Amino acid sequence: MTELAANDPLPKPKRDLAPILLPIALALAMIPLVGSTSSWVTLTVASLAMGMMIFIMASGLTLVFGLMDVLNFGHGAFIAVGAYIGTLILLPFAAAMQADSLLANLAVLVPAILLAMAVSGALGLVVERVLILPVYGQHLKQILMTTGGLIVAEQTMYAIWGPAIIPLPLPASLRGSFILGDVAIAKYRVLAMLVGLAVFIAIQLVLNRSKIGLLIRAGVENREMVEALGYRIRRLFLGVFMTGSALAGLGGVMWALYREQVHASMSDDLTVLIFIVVIIGGLGSIGGCFIGAILVAMVANYGGFLVPKLALVSNILLMVAILMWRPRGLYAVTSR
Amino acid sequence: MTDLLKLSGVHTHIGRYHILQGIDLVVPQGQTTMLLGRNGAGKTTSLRTIMGLWQASSGEITLAGERIEARTTPDIARLGVGYVPESMAVFSDLTVKENLVLAARDGPLDDKQLDWIFGFFPALRRFWLSRAGSLSGGQKQMLSIARAIVEPRKLLLIDEPTKGLAPAIVMALIECLKEIKRKGATILLVEQNFFAARELGDHVLVMDNGTIVHRGEMAALAADVPLQERLLGLSLEAHQ
Amino acid sequence: MMLLSGDPPRSRVLTIVLLVIILALAATPFIFPGAKAMNVAAKICIFAALVASYDLLLGYTGTVSFAHTMFYGIGSYAIAIALYTMGPNWGAVATGIVIGLPLAALLALAIGLFSLRVAAIFFAMITLAVASAFQVLASQMSWLTGGEDGRSFQLPDLLRPGTVLIPKSLIGFEFNGRTLTFYLVFVASTLMILALLRVVNSPFGRVLQAIRENRFRAEALGFRTVFHLTYANCLAALVAASAGILNALWLRYAGPDTSLSFSIMLDILLMVVIGGMGTIYGAIIGAAIFILAQNYLQSLMGVASKAAGEAGLPLLPGLLHPDRWLLWLGLLFIASVYFFPTGVVGRLRSGRAGKTSDAAH
Repeated sequence: MTELAANDPLPKPKRDLAPILLPIALALAMIPLVGSTSSWVTLTVASLAMGMMIFIMASGLTLVFGLMDVLNFGHGAFIAVGAYIGTLILLPFAAAMQADSLLANLAVLVPAILLAMAVSGALGLVVERVLILPVYGQHLKQILMTTGGLIVAEQTMYAIWGPAIIPLPLPASLRGSFILGDVAIAKYRVLAMLVGLAVFIAIQLVLNRSKIGLLIRAGVENREMVEALGYRIRRLFLGVFMTGSALAGLGGVMWALYREQVHASMSDDLTVLIFIVVIIGGLGSIGGCFIGAILVAMVANYGGFLVPKLALVSNILLMVAILMWRPRGLYAVTSR
Repeated sequence: MTDLLKLSGVHTHIGRYHILQGIDLVVPQGQTTMLLGRNGAGKTTSLRTIMGLWQASSGEITLAGERIEARTTPDIARLGVGYVPESMAVFSDLTVKENLVLAARDGPLDDKQLDWIFGFFPALRRFWLSRAGSLSGGQKQMLSIARAIVEPRKLLLIDEPTKGLAPAIVMALIECLKEIKRKGATILLVEQNFFAARELGDHVLVMDNGTIVHRGEMAALAADVPLQERLLGLSLEAHQ
Repeated sequence: MMLLSGDPPRSRVLTIVLLVIILALAATPFIFPGAKAMNVAAKICIFAALVASYDLLLGYTGTVSFAHTMFYGIGSYAIAIALYTMGPNWGAVATGIVIGLPLAALLALAIGLFSLRVAAIFFAMITLAVASAFQVLASQMSWLTGGEDGRSFQLPDLLRPGTVLIPKSLIGFEFNGRTLTFYLVFVASTLMILALLRVVNSPFGRVLQAIRENRFRAEALGFRTVFHLTYANCLAALVAASAGILNALWLRYAGPDTSLSFSIMLDILLMVVIGGMGTIYGAIIGAAIFILAQNYLQSLMGVASKAAGEAGLPLLPGLLHPDRWLLWLGLLFIASVYFFPTGVVGRLRSGRAGKTSDAAH
């Protein structure tokens, strides 16, 4: 039995740090280009805030793909649905929202967010059962079905809420900025960063510390073997799908407040950004999705400041550059 | 002696290919049954069909008196079937420990069972917190087998455990499987390595072209060189 | 038979429906001489060709591209910008064509080489991103494209409504420059569809279908799949750009809403799926159904919506509002993907047993 107990030390798996360093390097490289420190800080904070919101919206999409090889082209609809559902509470209680008391604001904001997440999650249940289950394992039909779902969802929202843009002002206590010397940091951006970070940490904890998380990670790699161990992966998948939809709803409310408006087609541009994030992060990788979201937001913000005309195009360039470097995204998920 | 697993008239199609063409076999309780045959004879497909990973297009599969051919893979696993696939399929992103935690479906890992496993797979203890992806091929195979026996199972389906391993590791693995046998496990073992088959098998089934072409005692086949040559195209003598 | 490249409709009902559509289109100028009918007919012709070119990708190679309107837009804008800057002469038309078509093909080549190596799902996402970037680019380069307003332009004299070629007294209706433009659109669209039929029934088309069925096997058989897919992508882009040229010529205008927006992409998807993927003929049916619905279903829905409103039903007036016609087509789309993935053409063909084995999947 000596061969089995061979004493050669196991090579420590190298932590792949390059993708993590990428946004840091990008931010540092921008200091001389942007020029003024205060603008740089503002842009960097804006990037991080926007990146976190995009991450919240994209995280579900990447996990759903990783776990079940399902790509929901209608994912963006959950974002708009979340935003609209949020307005159901935010608008009637506008007075409490405009009261200059953080507590009063939160008393409206928190239920609004919870309701938005609940409705988006429930919609996720319907979408999974009705649109995805019947075409399971057929990519082409999946794309078509979920695109059809997107059309129907957008049209239904127009029918219910009308085609007009609904203004959605920020709560009083989240307006304005923290002033540090000559640097102004918008309060809402700080909140967005905190929420995004909290979601990221929560997802990481679940994935790494809970049995459900182990199952998700195992399922991303080999769903057949997870089933052979006696776990019903379809239920797990449904849970992940609903969670991803609920997170998209959360992101929707946050984005609507960030832009201070709601519109049924608000998800169109976001869908493109989210796809870019998910591709460059590596389909199925939460860490990659996180870094990808920050990168995309940085390119949008720094790019918008330096070369305003190239804002969206620069994201394509980013995607091309990253796929040249790593053809399967920053963190390629094993076995796919 | 009762039969734990029984297949009668099982056919399996994969796409438009007719792979299993009427399989009849029994796996007796508490014994090791070898499933031999050339590449492409349908051995792996047989195991996958039992496990529900391919759907049998017709025929009956009975496990401990229950019909399972229409059940899903998780249900079949929950009836007490452990599966060690040909590709080992360890979750390489997870640690050794996490792999085994998942395999222990019904609760926390049982220390006594773990100690028993560490007894013949000491490497698993050493690399307890390492990523399974960084293990060597032999160690991955051990982890894959350990996953199947970390909780008591009625039946173990093991697909070519010695494939691609160095001869010394193969010998060690055979010892481990013997140890598992001594604990009273029922095993259906696919094997290309005739030496391993002779060491481990009580009964033997030989497949060719999607059917069983020979069934009998392992010892009898091991002693009959002309029969080996006819069935497997090789003899034990030539192989050694 | 020669004309149809040995791939006839293979269903009596389908043949009749197609003949009715084509004859109605051809006869539009003298049966329904109104401006609206002519617009609808021209749009059906243009979209039939555009959708057929998309079918080459979706139905015959199984790749989903969201960048098809980009090529359509390139054709539209090329001709519009040329005629706008060079004035209404034939040199400008030629310039637009000579610049627009190669540009579309080159872009298709670049996208293909970059992203057709990867899985279908990647390709769909990447084309979506590229198309949306192109849209932003087009609206930002307003010095060239006119931005959100687009570019209106004059056609050469021969194609203007004021140019009477055959007076009404001679044939019962006036054959003017506008009529000529209509027939230009009609003939060009027909030729493109016939050419696509030829392509999909050529050995090349069969390789595409083999790739759709099983890419690994096709590769194992020695076909360079990336080459074939890229080539198909370029062909589809060329036809789409040509359809865009016709569209701009007909409208005398090119702008983001008429030639580049994402909703046109969704329209194309709806048409190809409802008509029937992998059939080419489905494009004609799909375009006819969709554009007729777009133009005439709405007034029907307006009546229904009003009735529902008067009956005091909740939500229904909103759902039946004329602007919500896309909602119902979206539901029809999902139902077609689910219940009859071979679309109208597949349905009609399956009426004749045993003849549908090679219809799309």
